[in-house]
Amino acid sequence: MAESVWVLGASMTKIQRYPDKDLVDLGAEAARAALVDGGVTIQDMGVLGCGNMFQGMAGIGQQIQQQIGQTGIPVYNVINACATGATAVRTVYLTIMAGEADMGLAIGLEQMGKMGLLGVGGGGKSDKNVYEPSGRYGSVIPVEGILGTTLMPGVFGQAGQEYAYEHDGVGFEQFAKVAEKNHAHSSLNPLAQYQKKFSLEEVMNARMIAYPNTLPMCCPTGDGAAAVVLVSDTKLKTLSIEQQQRAVKIGASVLTSDPWAERGQIQPDINTLTRNAAKQAYEKAGIGPSDLDLVELHDCFATAELVHYDNLGLCEPGGAGAFIDSGAPWRDGSTPVNVSGGLLSKGHPIGMTGVAGVFEITTQLRGEAGDRQIEGAKVGMTHVIGLGSSCGIHILEKAAA
Amino acid sequence: MAKQIPMVDYLVLDGDPHLTANECKECGALYYDRRNGCAHCGGADFGRRDLATTGVVRSFAIIHQASPGVTVPYVSSVVDLDGGGSVKANVLNVAPEPDNFSLGMKVKLTTFVAGTDDDGTEAIAFGFEPVAS
Repeated sequence: MAESVWVLGASMTKIQRYPDKDLVDLGAEAARAALVDGGVTIQDMGVLGCGNMFQGMAGIGQQIQQQIGQTGIPVYNVINACATGATAVRTVYLTIMAGEADMGLAIGLEQMGKMGLLGVGGGGKSDKNVYEPSGRYGSVIPVEGILGTTLMPGVFGQAGQEYAYEHDGVGFEQFAKVAEKNHAHSSLNPLAQYQKKFSLEEVMNARMIAYPNTLPMCCPTGDGAAAVVLVSDTKLKTLSIEQQQRAVKIGASVLTSDPWAERGQIQPDINTLTRNAAKQAYEKAGIGPSDLDLVELHDCFATAELVHYDNLGLCEPGGAGAFIDSGAPWRDGSTPVNVSGGLLSKGHPIGMTGVAGVFEITTQLRGEAGDRQIEGAKVGMTHVIGLGSSCGIHILEKAAA
Repeated sequence: MAKQIPMVDYLVLDGDPHLTANECKECGALYYDRRNGCAHCGGADFGRRDLATTGVVRSFAIIHQASPGVTVPYVSSVVDLDGGGSVKANVLNVAPEPDNFSLGMKVKLTTFVAGTDDDGTEAIAFGFEPVAS
């Protein structure tokens, strides 16, 4: 049994489109770089967790092993919506906590190309000549667009509108400010898919996708991989001083799913499982929101980031609108949020994202984030949430020494 | 008149069109789909409950980018029905501009023809339209 688990090595590829590489190329590149960063080799790893969404049936973890070293260790290929990468990290974390391994490698990766709108719902049936009710809702034609939308931009747009309904001082402009901020932040991150600033007016006047989210308020599709090497506290003490100094402690690793909610069956509830995960994470780490020096949260849409300020306790209850208006989540504010550029501009290759968040916080706590460094950062949180549903939170802490 | 069937089985066309739900006999949770059990309490006993045709808009988004074949823009919403139950549907018969919508606005159920099969049978869908105040 380990007392605690630490991040020893971390790496991510730049997020972009890689038409000339395959998923294994990306995963192998990130994995090898994380091992080098941690000063260890594949022979030191006792477990491999591999998160990938769209090629999840293919045994991607084993395919990557075939390129970086087949040592016979257990491989867990995991798939858990937008928390897929966080689940891969947590799988390795749990294995080390359980004492089954003292070091392990977690990889999150995705190659999406230009997939367009994700999450197409509805009946999913081919056209029929004669209507016949089928499926759990007895539908005769696909319902998407006829009985509302289940596509992501609309679902997350509605989540934001629901928050606006319940709280004062929240509207289109507040949502747009989130995108203005994250695109500005990404201009300092060479690993981001986009590094272009937009003015608030440009964000608000851009092509509408699903009101209140315009195009720059929606995350792009893209390709990339991230990897982290985790180590037990006991094993870490046997490594070099430099390795110990650069290691970052995992203060909390939490995964939740939706509890039953009245509207949950017709509209995803992105709040309750995030609130539950945050509560558990703060308790496990023994800290509160005011102790966080930076947060990487799941801004798949600008509306989502705003509601998560409240869900994660970063603002006063009901005060997410005032929070963004005050500039608090900007990189020079009181609680920097998504200094990487976030999903909106850094990008969101689904299976990669949870691991990329751990990479970002680790890099910041080490003081190695270059132009985007938050000076003196000691504690950070990374949060992801996928519909269907899964929420992962990791709290990371800089080594005391 | 052409033969008509509801596009989903929780829309009832007999008499005044309305929605119906599977109601858990243990805890009262409402569901539109075929159930194996209750997600709230784990019970497995269900009855049918007819729902109100009026309610209020709980949230909305105006969709400008959709899957192929879907006409845009349209307004997707969640409607809280009077007396219990919430449902996802489009808001119809009002121009899809933000200023025309407010959260909490009163709406009522309406139906329309969503498609016709080769036998001439019409699939009837539902949406909500503003109640004149």
